[in-house]
Amino acid sequence: MRRAGNVFDRESVAGYVFILPFLIGLFVFTVIPFFTSLYLAFTEYNILSPAKWVGLGNFRRMFFEDKLFWTSFSVTFKFALIQVPVKLAFSLLVALVLSRTSRAMPIYRAAFYIPSLMGGSVAVALLWKQLFAFNGVINKLMGFVGLPSNTKWLTDPHTALGTLITLGVWQFGSSMLIFLAAIKNIPQSYHEAAIVDGAGPVKRFFKITLPMLTPILFFNLINQLIGSFQAFNSSYLITGGKPLNTTLYYGVHLYNRAFTYYEMGYGSSMAWFMLIIIAAMTALVFRSSSAWVYYESEGR
Amino acid sequence: MTASSRVKPIRRSGTSKQLRLMLYHVLMALGSFVMLYPLIWMVSSSVKPNTDIFTTSTQLIPQAFTAEHYITGWKGFAGYTFTVFFGNSLFIAVLVMLGTIASSSFVAFGFARMRFPGRNIWFVAMITTMLLPGQVMMIPRFVLFNRMGWVGTYLPMVVPAFFGGAFNIFLVMQFIRGIPREMDEAAKIDGCSWYGIFLKIIVPLIVPALVTVGVLAFIGSWEDFMGALLYLNKPSRYTAAYALKLFNDNTKVDYGSTFAMSVISLVPILTIFFFFQKNLVEGISLQGLKG
Repeated sequence: MRRAGNVFDRESVAGYVFILPFLIGLFVFTVIPFFTSLYLAFTEYNILSPAKWVGLGNFRRMFFEDKLFWTSFSVTFKFALIQVPVKLAFSLLVALVLSRTSRAMPIYRAAFYIPSLMGGSVAVALLWKQLFAFNGVINKLMGFVGLPSNTKWLTDPHTALGTLITLGVWQFGSSMLIFLAAIKNIPQSYHEAAIVDGAGPVKRFFKITLPMLTPILFFNLINQLIGSFQAFNSSYLITGGKPLNTTLYYGVHLYNRAFTYYEMGYGSSMAWFMLIIIAAMTALVFRSSSAWVYYESEGR
Repeated sequence: MTASSRVKPIRRSGTSKQLRLMLYHVLMALGSFVMLYPLIWMVSSSVKPNTDIFTTSTQLIPQAFTAEHYITGWKGFAGYTFTVFFGNSLFIAVLVMLGTIASSSFVAFGFARMRFPGRNIWFVAMITTMLLPGQVMMIPRFVLFNRMGWVGTYLPMVVPAFFGGAFNIFLVMQFIRGIPREMDEAAKIDGCSWYGIFLKIIVPLIVPALVTVGVLAFIGSWEDFMGALLYLNKPSRYTAAYALKLFNDNTKVDYGSTFAMSVISLVPILTIFFFFQKNLVEGISLQGLKG
């Protein structure tokens, strides 16, 4: 007969065996790089010669000398500020419409979801470049319906960022699926009770559906925020940050500094600044969440 | 197409209901078409002669049909055909998929079923890594892999998959939690070890979750551009995603060939979607639970 303590010890050992891959990965691919990055942020490092400690030098350069740093920062902010709400609004709206039971629903759902599955690929980025070319099909179609057909979508500083944002919004499918799952989780009885009380569809949306969805909205908001602060592919592949740096994402500027000019120390400082901004935004959303996120168990 | 709407307590007159239903389908069909239009346009352009691509851009049905782009495109560049590039992508994606399935199921079992000191701390650490922006890791990981002599190989793109990603582990955990513990207990009484329980009882029951995780990993790897941009430096090793970008740079006016290769590069994703739609939809929907 085994003693209880023995069994417990064995379970502990086996438990660590099972999570060992994660632990190794955590240390080798996350913890060590995390602290390496923190160290590099205060150095000059070009990978060939040893890192040279420069204290706050990189940050001084970032804030006071590198104009492109602020350019890329504001571009990314603008990008996130427009793309995230528009994308969330789209995904919520379409999810609401799709939540209605219909035999054709899976077909529509697939059509709305497929773009988000391939939207990040190189193929679609190259496609976007041609769709919005000066002689591209978007201008042609706009001409058909009597709209101005001579917009230089990707080379005009006023429209370039907006064109990249459309690519991001087009990929609303995955957040739509998350909303859709959440809508289906709302007990039908809530709606039935409200109908008995005489509440119309609009009132039910604002009093039942929307409050019940706030946790998921909260999750999607944070997810999309983090994602858009890290955007890279669309700018790098479609516009290369042009025209006049109006599409120079923070991530692209960081990549250029670190891997085109091999300023790995400076790049690390930029990465840390981004981490701090993302953490601050997340904290802000978290703190504000108590005001607008409804958790059923709290019974408010 | 008819819709089977559930019986609702409100009674509307027949015609207005029919009208609403029709409006719903018209709107949805229109929306679906707009969403898929760019992709359809690309397929259509890939079989048009180069001279027609922009002049007949608004016609989705080509006037003249040609397969030349698929033939010239496939020849690739720098002496390597797209057979090489797609082969490389497939090789990497399959390894990443296998690594993800193996590591996430193994680790998820540990977290979901075993009791050991420190479990909660490690679990919180795992959730925290989900919030960490990847770009913070980009430079130090490059430095690390460079020091290990891995730059120029597939190792930086493949090896991390074998050590479990947080989201994948979490997704499989959710699934394991749904399996009654009595099954483990029964097996334990029969003298089954933890490893036996994992392999013989849990793994067969979590196949759907493993398919989901595997499929998502495959797609992620297949589309990965950043990894190739950072780590690959020989044309013979290029992945399809990376090769496509360089191919487009090389063949500026031959739009058709870029479209043709782009279409082929999306075929695996579309195929996966059609076969594993249920797993994908479930996997993405579950993401909402992690918050």
